[in-house]
Amino acid sequence: MRRIISILLLGIVALGIILSISKIPFGIPKSKVGKFYIDNGVKETGATNIVTSVVVNYRGFDTLGEVTILFIAALGLGAVLSTRKNKVERKIEPASLILRTGCRFLFPLILLFGTYIFIHGHLTPGGGFQGGAIIASAFLLIYLGCRERRISERGTKLIESLGGLIFVVVGLAGLVISGYFLRNFLPKGIPNLLFSGGIIPIIYIAIGFKVGSELAGIIDNLMEESG
Amino acid sequence: MIYYLGAFGLIFIGLYIVLVKHNLIKVIIGLSILDTGINLFLISIGFVKKGTAPIFSRPGLKAIRMVDPVPQALVLTAIVIGVAVLALALSLAIRLYQHYGTLNLRKIKEQKW
Repeated sequence: MRRIISILLLGIVALGIILSISKIPFGIPKSKVGKFYIDNGVKETGATNIVTSVVVNYRGFDTLGEVTILFIAALGLGAVLSTRKNKVERKIEPASLILRTGCRFLFPLILLFGTYIFIHGHLTPGGGFQGGAIIASAFLLIYLGCRERRISERGTKLIESLGGLIFVVVGLAGLVISGYFLRNFLPKGIPNLLFSGGIIPIIYIAIGFKVGSELAGIIDNLMEESG
Repeated sequence: MIYYLGAFGLIFIGLYIVLVKHNLIKVIIGLSILDTGINLFLISIGFVKKGTAPIFSRPGLKAIRMVDPVPQALVLTAIVIGVAVLALALSLAIRLYQHYGTLNLRKIKEQKW
């Protein structure tokens, strides 16, 4: 009964959406704001990756809100999972030698790759969110391979808070120096060089550390739960 | 056009799972599929035929036929937030299971439906 009702409901919704979607043209440039960013983005922000300049410069305030959502989700997960105090000590079976050695060998390389991704976020595909996710995957590898290791919870909290603080402080510095929140107050430099784009690399490095430590903290919390 | 169909296919599969299934883990999987479908829809709105990524990787590259950067910037953050919210939902599911001993939404007493 429930199944039939839901299928009927979804059918009605699908019909409405198909009628409205068929009016949208496909595969041609649509939005004027996107065209403006492509035409003027490099000149105005100094970053050659337009997606990065949209995320950090044009819509930087929006990104601050999204980073806050991420922070609250990680905090809520920690709060939900840390209510139980009497943790049962389970016996951990150590991984095999090959797995352990492979993890130890790959861990610094993955960290290096993640760092490269978020430092070059304004030049090449990538950025703070992607680099942070790659760094968190390195910690996941450590948890799967060397099971007795744990990262310190205080360290992830510290790095996470520092990243958020740098973001807000850079924004406030823009407010003090040149008039509004998150305005670029540093010289833009020559496009396609590493030191270009003004505040974009600073903010993206802060976001990279923040996302990486937050996702690593989430993995740590879930691993604690599974023993 | 096939991208729109695929995206809405994923969205409707996710909605169907959320509406019909009783297992909490399956509902969370449905929410995740729904999330993916919405991301795919946003990206396919910005798609341009024979377009390239909006990155001026060489100096002096002309901006002919680049895809729309705004939906990409939105989806970029939405993916990471989706992972964090999924983890939050799973942690709530863990606590519910420890409290009630079941993941079936019908058997959990507070859910009256």
